[in-house]
Amino acid sequence: MNKTICRVFLFFACLILTAFVYAQDSLQKEKPQMAGLMRSNGKIYVVVAVVVIILAGLFIYLINLDRRINSLEKKIKI
Amino acid sequence: MLRKNWWKILSFILLIYTFTAGFLGGVPAKPILNETIRNLYYHVAMWMAMMIFFIISVVYAIRYLRNNKPVFDIYSVEFARTGIVFGVLGLVTGSVWAKYAWGAFWSNDPKQLGAAIALLIYLAYFVLRNSLTDVDKSARISAVYNVFAFAMLFPTLWIIPRLVESLHPGGMGNPAFNTKDIDSRMRLIFDLGAVPGWTLLGVWISTLRIRLKLFSLKHEIHE
Repeated sequence: MNKTICRVFLFFACLILTAFVYAQDSLQKEKPQMAGLMRSNGKIYVVVAVVVIILAGLFIYLINLDRRINSLEKKIKI
Repeated sequence: MLRKNWWKILSFILLIYTFTAGFLGGVPAKPILNETIRNLYYHVAMWMAMMIFFIISVVYAIRYLRNNKPVFDIYSVEFARTGIVFGVLGLVTGSVWAKYAWGAFWSNDPKQLGAAIALLIYLAYFVLRNSLTDVDKSARISAVYNVFAFAMLFPTLWIIPRLVESLHPGGMGNPAFNTKDIDSRMRLIFDLGAVPGWTLLGVWISTLRIRLKLFSLKHEIHE
Protein backbone atom coordinates (compact mmCIF):
# COMPACT_ATOMS: atom_id res chain seq x y z
CA MET A 1 0.00 0.00 0.00
CA ASN A 2 2.77 2.39 0.82
CA LYS A 3 6.40 2.53 1.75
CA THR A 4 6.09 1.82 5.46
CA ILE A 5 4.11 -1.36 4.86
CA CYS A 6 6.69 -2.53 2.33
CA ARG A 7 9.35 -1.84 4.91
CA VAL A 8 7.52 -3.84 7.58
CA PHE A 9 7.18 -6.80 5.22
CA LEU A 10 10.83 -6.58 4.22
CA PHE A 11 11.85 -6.40 7.84
CA PHE A 12 9.98 -9.59 8.70
CA ALA A 13 11.17 -11.31 5.53
CA CYS A 14 14.79 -10.59 6.45
CA LEU A 15 14.29 -11.81 10.00
CA ILE A 16 12.68 -15.02 8.83
CA LEU A 17 15.64 -15.60 6.52
CA THR A 18 17.95 -15.71 9.51
CA ALA A 19 16.14 -18.83 10.75
CA PHE A 20 18.02 -20.90 8.20
CA VAL A 21 21.47 -19.72 9.12
CA TYR A 22 21.40 -21.12 12.65
CA ALA A 23 24.79 -22.70 13.13
CA GLN A 24 25.44 -24.09 16.56
CA ASP A 25 23.60 -25.89 19.28
CA SER A 26 24.66 -25.87 22.91
CA LEU A 27 26.40 -29.05 24.00
CA GLN A 28 24.07 -31.77 25.16
CA LYS A 29 25.28 -34.14 27.86
CA GLU A 30 22.76 -36.83 27.12
CA LYS A 31 20.45 -37.16 24.15
CA PRO A 32 16.82 -37.52 25.14
CA GLN A 33 14.66 -39.28 22.63
CA MET A 34 13.42 -36.87 19.99
CA ALA A 35 11.39 -37.27 16.89
CA GLY A 36 14.28 -36.98 14.46
CA LEU A 37 12.97 -39.85 12.41
CA MET A 38 9.41 -38.76 12.92
CA ARG A 39 10.02 -35.70 10.94
CA SER A 40 11.63 -37.38 7.95
CA ASN A 41 9.22 -40.22 7.31
CA GLY A 42 6.98 -40.26 10.36
CA LYS A 43 4.36 -38.17 8.54
CA ILE A 44 4.79 -35.01 10.60
CA TYR A 45 4.14 -33.12 7.38
CA VAL A 46 0.61 -34.50 7.47
CA VAL A 47 0.06 -32.78 10.79
CA VAL A 48 1.50 -29.53 9.44
CA ALA A 49 -0.83 -29.77 6.44
CA VAL A 50 -3.86 -30.36 8.67
CA VAL A 51 -3.01 -27.45 10.94
CA VAL A 52 -2.39 -25.14 7.99
CA ILE A 53 -5.75 -26.13 6.47
CA ILE A 54 -7.53 -25.40 9.75
CA LEU A 55 -5.77 -22.06 9.97
CA ALA A 56 -6.69 -21.22 6.37
CA GLY A 57 -10.30 -22.20 7.06
CA LEU A 58 -10.47 -20.01 10.12
CA PHE A 59 -9.05 -17.08 8.18
CA ILE A 60 -11.52 -17.58 5.33
CA TYR A 61 -14.30 -17.54 7.91
CA LEU A 62 -12.96 -14.34 9.44
CA ILE A 63 -12.56 -12.72 6.02
CA ASN A 64 -16.19 -13.55 5.23
CA LEU A 65 -17.34 -12.07 8.52
CA ASP A 66 -15.23 -8.99 7.87
CA ARG A 67 -16.75 -8.54 4.41
CA ARG A 68 -20.27 -9.00 5.71
CA ILE A 69 -19.80 -6.32 8.33
CA ASN A 70 -18.23 -4.12 5.66
CA SER A 71 -21.23 -4.43 3.38
CA LEU A 72 -23.62 -3.78 6.27
CA GLU A 73 -21.73 -0.63 7.12
CA LYS A 74 -21.84 0.47 3.51
CA LYS A 75 -25.51 -0.40 3.02
CA ILE A 76 -26.64 1.75 5.89
CA LYS A 77 -24.44 4.81 5.66
CA ILE A 78 -24.19 6.31 9.06
CA MET B 1 -6.59 0.79 11.37
CA LEU B 2 -10.05 -0.66 12.08
CA ARG B 3 -10.86 -1.19 8.42
CA LYS B 4 -7.42 -1.64 6.87
CA ASN B 5 -6.39 -5.02 5.55
CA TRP B 6 -2.62 -5.29 5.41
CA TRP B 7 -2.17 -6.33 9.05
CA LYS B 8 -4.75 -9.08 8.64
CA ILE B 9 -2.65 -10.53 5.83
CA LEU B 10 0.44 -10.10 7.99
CA SER B 11 -1.31 -12.04 10.77
CA PHE B 12 -2.01 -14.91 8.37
CA ILE B 13 1.58 -14.99 7.10
CA LEU B 14 2.99 -14.93 10.62
CA LEU B 15 0.71 -17.74 11.79
CA ILE B 16 1.49 -19.89 8.76
CA TYR B 17 5.15 -19.33 9.59
CA THR B 18 4.49 -20.26 13.23
CA PHE B 19 2.72 -23.47 12.30
CA THR B 20 5.20 -24.67 9.68
CA ALA B 21 8.45 -23.57 11.34
CA GLY B 22 6.94 -24.42 14.72
CA PHE B 23 6.50 -28.06 13.77
CA LEU B 24 9.45 -28.53 11.46
CA GLY B 25 12.09 -26.21 12.91
CA GLY B 26 14.80 -27.38 15.24
CA VAL B 27 14.31 -27.35 19.00
CA PRO B 28 16.70 -28.14 21.84
CA ALA B 29 16.44 -31.74 23.06
CA LYS B 30 15.24 -31.81 26.67
CA PRO B 31 14.30 -34.71 28.89
CA ILE B 32 10.61 -34.94 29.92
CA LEU B 33 9.65 -32.09 27.58
CA ASN B 34 10.85 -33.76 24.37
CA GLU B 35 8.83 -32.42 21.46
CA THR B 36 6.25 -30.75 23.73
CA ILE B 37 8.66 -27.81 23.96
CA ARG B 38 6.99 -26.69 20.74
CA ASN B 39 3.96 -25.75 22.82
CA LEU B 40 5.83 -22.53 23.50
CA TYR B 41 4.58 -21.19 20.17
CA TYR B 42 0.96 -21.93 20.98
CA HIS B 43 0.40 -22.15 24.73
CA VAL B 44 2.74 -19.38 25.87
CA ALA B 45 1.76 -17.16 22.95
CA MET B 46 -1.87 -17.31 24.21
CA TRP B 47 -0.82 -15.68 27.48
CA MET B 48 1.32 -13.07 25.77
CA ALA B 49 -1.59 -12.14 23.51
CA MET B 50 -3.96 -12.10 26.49
CA MET B 51 -1.72 -9.68 28.38
CA ILE B 52 -1.55 -7.40 25.34
CA PHE B 53 -5.38 -7.39 25.04
CA PHE B 54 -5.79 -6.63 28.73
CA ILE B 55 -3.33 -3.75 28.42
CA ILE B 56 -5.30 -2.36 25.45
CA SER B 57 -8.50 -2.85 27.42
CA VAL B 58 -7.30 -0.96 30.48
CA VAL B 59 -5.94 1.87 28.32
CA TYR B 60 -9.38 2.32 26.76
CA ALA B 61 -11.05 2.06 30.17
CA ILE B 62 -8.91 4.94 31.41
CA ARG B 63 -9.59 6.91 28.25
CA TYR B 64 -13.30 6.35 28.81
CA LEU B 65 -13.03 7.62 32.36
CA ARG B 66 -11.18 10.70 31.15
CA ASN B 67 -13.61 11.85 28.49
CA ASN B 68 -16.73 9.65 28.65
CA LYS B 69 -16.84 8.71 24.97
CA PRO B 70 -18.97 5.55 24.62
CA VAL B 71 -16.68 4.30 21.82
CA PHE B 72 -13.85 3.81 24.29
CA ASP B 73 -16.10 1.71 26.50
CA ILE B 74 -16.90 -0.57 23.55
CA TYR B 75 -13.20 -0.93 22.73
CA SER B 76 -12.38 -1.71 26.32
CA VAL B 77 -15.06 -4.39 26.64
CA GLU B 78 -14.29 -6.17 23.40
CA PHE B 79 -10.56 -6.36 24.06
CA ALA B 80 -11.24 -7.71 27.55
CA ARG B 81 -13.52 -10.31 25.99
CA THR B 82 -10.89 -11.47 23.50
CA GLY B 83 -8.36 -11.46 26.32
CA ILE B 84 -10.52 -13.84 28.34
CA VAL B 85 -10.95 -16.16 25.33
CA PHE B 86 -7.20 -16.32 24.85
CA GLY B 87 -6.64 -16.72 28.59
CA VAL B 88 -9.05 -19.65 28.83
CA LEU B 89 -7.33 -21.27 25.85
CA GLY B 90 -4.00 -20.69 27.58
CA LEU B 91 -5.26 -22.31 30.78
CA VAL B 92 -6.73 -25.34 29.02
CA THR B 93 -3.70 -25.91 26.78
CA GLY B 94 -1.43 -25.43 29.80
CA SER B 95 -3.44 -28.05 31.63
CA VAL B 96 -3.03 -30.55 28.80
CA TRP B 97 0.68 -29.83 28.67
CA ALA B 98 0.91 -30.22 32.45
CA LYS B 99 -0.63 -33.68 32.22
CA TYR B 100 2.35 -34.87 30.20
CA ALA B 101 5.07 -32.74 31.78
CA TRP B 102 4.02 -32.59 35.44
CA GLY B 103 1.83 -35.70 35.61
CA ALA B 104 -1.59 -34.16 36.22
CA PHE B 105 -4.00 -31.83 34.48
CA TRP B 106 -4.26 -29.69 37.58
CA SER B 107 -1.73 -29.74 40.38
CA ASN B 108 -2.63 -26.54 42.26
CA ASP B 109 0.60 -25.01 41.10
CA PRO B 110 0.94 -21.30 42.00
CA LYS B 111 1.12 -20.43 38.31
CA GLN B 112 -2.10 -22.33 37.58
CA LEU B 113 -3.90 -20.89 40.58
CA GLY B 114 -2.73 -17.37 39.84
CA ALA B 115 -3.83 -17.60 36.22
CA ALA B 116 -7.21 -19.01 37.24
CA ILE B 117 -7.75 -16.21 39.78
CA ALA B 118 -6.77 -13.56 37.22
CA LEU B 119 -9.28 -14.97 34.74
CA LEU B 120 -12.03 -15.16 37.36
CA ILE B 121 -11.44 -11.51 38.21
CA TYR B 122 -11.90 -10.64 34.54
CA LEU B 123 -15.02 -12.80 34.31
CA ALA B 124 -16.44 -10.84 37.23
CA TYR B 125 -15.92 -7.74 35.06
CA PHE B 126 -18.62 -9.03 32.72
CA VAL B 127 -20.87 -10.09 35.56
CA LEU B 128 -20.64 -6.60 37.05
CA ARG B 129 -21.15 -4.95 33.68
CA ASN B 130 -24.21 -6.93 32.73
CA SER B 131 -25.83 -6.55 36.13
CA LEU B 132 -26.22 -2.80 35.64
CA THR B 133 -29.08 -1.74 33.41
CA ASP B 134 -28.18 1.92 33.07
CA VAL B 135 -25.77 2.19 30.10
CA ASP B 136 -23.68 5.08 31.37
CA LYS B 137 -23.43 3.72 34.88
CA SER B 138 -22.54 0.29 33.56
CA ALA B 139 -19.77 1.73 31.36
CA ARG B 140 -18.38 3.89 34.14
CA ILE B 141 -18.37 1.30 36.90
CA SER B 142 -16.99 -1.38 34.64
CA ALA B 143 -14.20 0.96 33.50
CA VAL B 144 -13.23 1.53 37.13
CA TYR B 145 -13.37 -2.20 37.78
CA ASN B 146 -11.26 -2.83 34.67
CA VAL B 147 -8.43 -0.82 36.22
CA PHE B 148 -8.66 -2.93 39.37
CA ALA B 149 -8.78 -6.18 37.37
CA PHE B 150 -5.68 -5.12 35.46
CA ALA B 151 -3.89 -4.20 38.67
CA MET B 152 -4.65 -7.70 39.97
CA LEU B 153 -2.67 -9.18 37.07
CA PHE B 154 0.50 -7.95 38.75
CA PRO B 155 0.32 -10.17 41.85
CA THR B 156 -1.56 -13.09 40.28
CA LEU B 157 0.45 -13.51 37.10
CA TRP B 158 3.67 -11.61 37.44
CA ILE B 159 4.72 -11.56 41.10
CA ILE B 160 3.44 -14.44 43.27
CA PRO B 161 4.15 -17.31 40.83
CA ARG B 162 7.67 -15.98 40.45
CA LEU B 163 8.39 -15.71 44.16
CA VAL B 164 7.26 -19.14 45.27
CA GLU B 165 8.34 -22.57 44.21
CA SER B 166 6.56 -23.65 41.05
CA LEU B 167 6.65 -26.47 38.56
CA HIS B 168 6.25 -23.89 35.82
CA PRO B 169 9.39 -22.25 34.40
CA GLY B 170 9.93 -18.83 35.89
CA GLY B 171 9.54 -19.77 39.55
CA MET B 172 11.88 -18.80 42.42
CA GLY B 173 12.87 -15.53 40.85
CA ASN B 174 14.16 -16.99 37.60
CA PRO B 175 13.01 -15.54 34.33
CA ALA B 176 10.78 -17.90 32.35
CA PHE B 177 12.66 -17.40 29.12
CA ASN B 178 16.29 -18.17 29.75
CA THR B 179 18.85 -19.73 27.49
CA LYS B 180 18.63 -22.97 29.49
CA ASP B 181 15.06 -23.54 28.37
CA ILE B 182 14.95 -22.29 24.81
CA ASP B 183 17.49 -21.28 22.22
CA SER B 184 17.70 -18.61 19.54
CA ARG B 185 15.88 -20.72 16.94
CA MET B 186 12.85 -20.94 19.21
CA ARG B 187 13.04 -17.32 20.29
CA LEU B 188 12.88 -16.21 16.69
CA ILE B 189 9.71 -18.15 15.88
CA PHE B 190 8.16 -17.12 19.20
CA ASP B 191 9.00 -13.41 19.09
CA LEU B 192 8.45 -12.78 15.41
CA GLY B 193 5.92 -15.42 14.45
CA ALA B 194 3.79 -16.61 17.31
CA VAL B 195 3.31 -13.53 19.51
CA PRO B 196 2.61 -10.92 16.80
CA GLY B 197 0.65 -13.46 14.72
CA TRP B 198 -1.70 -14.53 17.49
CA THR B 199 -2.00 -10.95 18.76
CA LEU B 200 -3.01 -9.61 15.35
CA LEU B 201 -5.54 -12.43 14.98
CA GLY B 202 -7.08 -11.47 18.32
CA VAL B 203 -7.08 -7.80 17.39
CA TRP B 204 -8.91 -8.70 14.18
CA ILE B 205 -11.57 -10.64 16.08
CA SER B 206 -11.94 -7.75 18.52
CA THR B 207 -12.30 -5.16 15.78
CA LEU B 208 -15.01 -7.25 14.11
CA ARG B 209 -16.97 -7.30 17.36
CA ILE B 210 -16.36 -3.59 17.89
CA ARG B 211 -17.61 -2.78 14.39
CA LEU B 212 -20.69 -4.92 14.89
CA LYS B 213 -21.44 -3.20 18.18
CA LEU B 214 -20.86 0.30 16.79
CA PHE B 215 -23.05 -0.56 13.84
CA SER B 216 -25.97 -1.85 15.89
CA LEU B 217 -25.65 1.09 18.25
CA LYS B 218 -25.80 3.67 15.48
CA HIS B 219 -28.52 1.79 13.70
CA GLU B 220 -30.73 1.87 16.77
CA ILE B 221 -30.34 5.63 17.04
CA HIS B 222 -31.43 6.08 13.43
CA GLU B 223 -34.56 4.02 13.82
